Amino acid sequence: MSRTAEPALAAGGGERPASARRRRPMSRDRVERAALRVLKPLVIAVFVAVTAFPFLYMVTLSVRDIQELILDPGSLWPRRLTLDTYADVLNRQGFLTFMRNSAIVAVASVVVTLLISVPGAYAVARLRFFGHRQVHFLFLAVYLFPAIVLAIPLFVLFTMMGLRGSLLGLILVYIAQTVPVTVYMLRNYFETVPRSVEEAAAIDGCTRLSTIWRVVLPLSKPALMATGLYVFMIAWNEFLFALLFLVERRESWTVSLGLSQLAGSIEIPTTVLMAGSVVLTLPIVIVFFASERLLTEGLTAGAEKG
Amino acid sequence: MSLTLQKQEGRAGLALISPTLVITLVVVVLPLLWAVMLAFQDVRLINIRSKGLFGGYTLENFRYVLSEPGFWPALVNTLVYTVAGTALSIAIGLVAALALRDRFKGRTLVRASILIPYVAPVVAVAFLWETMLNPQYGIVNTWLSQPIAFLSQAKGTFLGVEVPVALLTVIAFEAWRYFPFAFLFILARLQALPADLEEAAVVDGATPTQRFRYVIMPQLWRIVALLAVLRFMFTFTKFDDVYLLTGGGAGTEVVSVRVYNFLTSRDDIGASAAQAIVLAVVLVVFLALYLRFFAGGEREQNR
Repeated sequence: MSRTAEPALAAGGGERPASARRRRPMSRDRVERAALRVLKPLVIAVFVAVTAFPFLYMVTLSVRDIQELILDPGSLWPRRLTLDTYADVLNRQGFLTFMRNSAIVAVASVVVTLLISVPGAYAVARLRFFGHRQVHFLFLAVYLFPAIVLAIPLFVLFTMMGLRGSLLGLILVYIAQTVPVTVYMLRNYFETVPRSVEEAAAIDGCTRLSTIWRVVLPLSKPALMATGLYVFMIAWNEFLFALLFLVERRESWTVSLGLSQLAGSIEIPTTVLMAGSVVLTLPIVIVFFASERLLTEGLTAGAEKG
Repeated sequence: MSLTLQKQEGRAGLALISPTLVITLVVVVLPLLWAVMLAFQDVRLINIRSKGLFGGYTLENFRYVLSEPGFWPALVNTLVYTVAGTALSIAIGLVAALALRDRFKGRTLVRASILIPYVAPVVAVAFLWETMLNPQYGIVNTWLSQPIAFLSQAKGTFLGVEVPVALLTVIAFEAWRYFPFAFLFILARLQALPADLEEAAVVDGATPTQRFRYVIMPQLWRIVALLAVLRFMFTFTKFDDVYLLTGGGAGTEVVSVRVYNFLTSRDDIGASAAQAIVLAVVLVVFLALYLRFFAGGEREQNR
């Protein structure tokens, strides 16, 4: 380091020692680097605090008695752990039923969406059919179109057809809203499957459908997982359509809807509802982190092209 | 021969894509067209069967909706909420992405922590915020000398300036919940940047802020611009967050919440649809302006 600097400094002549002393420790570069070295851990700590603390607080609040919260709202840690809140929320408040509904809706949406979007994505990736270039615009439009506009006609339609209060209508909407994105995600992946493998399968006597079933799908397991989990998360978290379609029938509420409806009531203690929030959040967080790499790569890789 | 093969391929393609097309057509495209028609009809749930799909078109809904006293403030709220929420979430996401760019011990955990607000169900996080900000037993208020009703107080004074408390809280929620989205995209871009440009800048003696300003940021503009469009579109028509936090009260009413209220409690389908259409049109106008402005900016940059 010092050796390379020497010729330049030597050219400076007599001022060499002074300038060397002044410039090196005080240079903007050094100041900035030093500041960043201090700032960076600080910033990271703030981010962790701001994101993790609320959820830790959620969990600690869910395992204490409401009396404790009211008497000592500033305490972070429960003095006496109790799981009665969970028993209360799951049985008495009906969250077990809500979870069953959410699970039905989410799983059905995932299965049907995949059944529809796998052939669709394959067609877009591999086959030249009439309008295969234009189809992206349709999907992009569906993906970006505001749900609140769509909510009006669907609300009216489902009311007229008597589909309100049934999970079927909700599943239908979730499928329609996720299919465009899943087709897009899967198409990106299918395009990376080498054509030669498929051609080999065709020569071995596979029809198109059996090529998809026996060759493309086994090769695309990670993409299928990622897409399925994406749909699952959307269906589990969704609120607006659940509110519009199901609010009048308590026995068909999803977990999201159940929590939002009960959150306003005075009779149910906040800590019990916090237990409900944990029950609502935990499956999603587990699913997400179990598959995080797949999911974020899939999503951001798709966006990269845009 | 080749023609028939091509024909066959085309037919197979259409057959495979048709379930996708049918469901998007039936559940998305046709209802949207219907929504437009409803906006021009005087319909309520009671008289909808007798009205029919066509005919009876009128501009009455639009006249009524635009002259309602609550509409324009709601539109202004929507704009403020959207612009501030979009800008903040992208800015915070950028800081987070820069902070987490280099490897360090525990980065995976920090990253996971940052993503939770975005992944968690909106109902759960909104309830969590409500509880934490509650004036009686909310933990945030125990840290303050005087409790603040963050979500039910329209106006308050802060350092002598009058501020819209609830609206700011809702914006803070938006920034908190969606900065991970920007973070994800920006981090992915950052990690894909070629290292040699920055190495060259270091050799040339560029300081960290200079490198950020002149080397990193110019390579991020594209993704930031894309994020701005996406977040603007999503936030502008967002319903869940505001509805769950304040129900549209305390000066936070946005147009989508009005659409919902007209649809359910007022049972005025026509007016509800008209407002939704106005919202969508305003969104399209803003996007067109932005794209025009931005496309011009990019051309200049390339020059």
